[in-house]
Amino acid sequence: MTWSLFQLLLQASLMTIFVSAISICAGLAIAVVLSALRMSGNRLAYAGAGLFISFFRGVPLLVQLLLIFNLLPVIGITLPSLATAIIGLSLCTAAYQAENLRGGFEGVPIGLIESAEMAGFSRMQAFVYIRTPIALRLTFPALVNEAILILKSSSLVSVVGLVELTKMAQNLSASTYQPLPIFASAGLIYLVINLIVALAARRAEAALPGLPAK
Amino acid sequence: MTQSAISIQNVSKQFGDTIVLRDINLEVPRGQVSCLIGPSGSGKSTLLRCMAGLEHADAGTITIEGAPLGFVEGPDGRRRQSAAELRRARSRIGMVFQQFNLWPHMTALGNVSAALRRVRRMPRKEAEDKAMAQLEKVDLAARAHHYPSQLSGGQQQRVAIARALALDPTIMLFDEPTSALDPELTGEVLNVMRALADEGMTMVVVTHEIGFAASVGNKVCFLDHGRLLFHDTPDKVFAAPRNPRLEQFLDTYLDRGAFLVQ
Repeated sequence: MTWSLFQLLLQASLMTIFVSAISICAGLAIAVVLSALRMSGNRLAYAGAGLFISFFRGVPLLVQLLLIFNLLPVIGITLPSLATAIIGLSLCTAAYQAENLRGGFEGVPIGLIESAEMAGFSRMQAFVYIRTPIALRLTFPALVNEAILILKSSSLVSVVGLVELTKMAQNLSASTYQPLPIFASAGLIYLVINLIVALAARRAEAALPGLPAK
Repeated sequence: MTQSAISIQNVSKQFGDTIVLRDINLEVPRGQVSCLIGPSGSGKSTLLRCMAGLEHADAGTITIEGAPLGFVEGPDGRRRQSAAELRRARSRIGMVFQQFNLWPHMTALGNVSAALRRVRRMPRKEAEDKAMAQLEKVDLAARAHHYPSQLSGGQQQRVAIARALALDPTIMLFDEPTSALDPELTGEVLNVMRALADEGMTMVVVTHEIGFAASVGNKVCFLDHGRLLFHDTPDKVFAAPRNPRLEQFLDTYLDRGAFLVQ
């Protein structure tokens, strides 16, 4: 195991971080929309969101990625493997984050919505300015958990041809015949990234302004 | 003819099998303080929430400054107002809740300026200047950048009053504004309310503060089991209560007072 091999792993980990970060943010945005659909009072929207969540929670991510990778060309869409990876990860994490957010939205006291109503907020404005920020704060620890899971799950996107940390480790171990030090280094890099995420999250949580009183 | 600020005619309401309001008729005069008193479960909070449009009466009509609230009469009978119609109908009403209901993710200034910016579409600077003026009025300008969790209950309730006042209401509704407060914090909130009454604000106050009702109220309404049993000036209500239920209710308060003194 040489420094130059380790550097290659570090470079590949940037791809891991990039894909994960975009997917987590996109997934969160989709999750908020899914929550809005489920709370809209429209049965069709409710059922559609429920179906989406059931599918992406119920089917293994690896299978989802392979499905997206093979399905899109069939319907005439060819995307680079980076885009395919991000779409797959985003949709999957959106389903989990929507479930987490549901608890958060249900935890917003009704009185806070009534005071928004009395201040003239429309339902949509109350959702955007009052409910969502409070729900996000309530579910923040669960969202961080999900972010860490996605960072680790991103190792699966190698199946669509993207070279991230795990794929790079596989390539290097195949060409150098040194699987042990290379995978140990890759594992260490994942561990350090996730420790940093957890630490940053704890800092951020402490800095978030107050939660609703119980 | 002087039109009432709020006019309540034959309002009834039930939750499931429980009748909470029975045929209530009440005129809330402009520029006066009307206090709703009565035992727990008498329907006074529900009546106030009907005036706010947060609850819909099953029967009867409520008008705010002459305009219907909650329902509109059409050719096919009455129908519920749409969300937008309801917002318009209650745009002149400010409400203060027992639990303050401040938004925890915004500072005091954020709470007071939020609706000015998002609903009234005021530029940020203008909205915050106006919000600051309201916070000054409740003596909390120094706490403008504190979050609700950093404020005492009394301070939170004063911010909630400032938040309602920032939207220039002509009517203010208070739902047990001091019931969630430690006794030593009720004074600061009642003082703000007293000052507001002195300015001539039309106020409807659901309260257990009999002293406040007696000294600030122009009219005291006594509810029991969903009925409006009695409404009159405080001196008539408190000096010589003619109604046995009211007498009984006031006695429990006097007893409690006596117990506190011991």
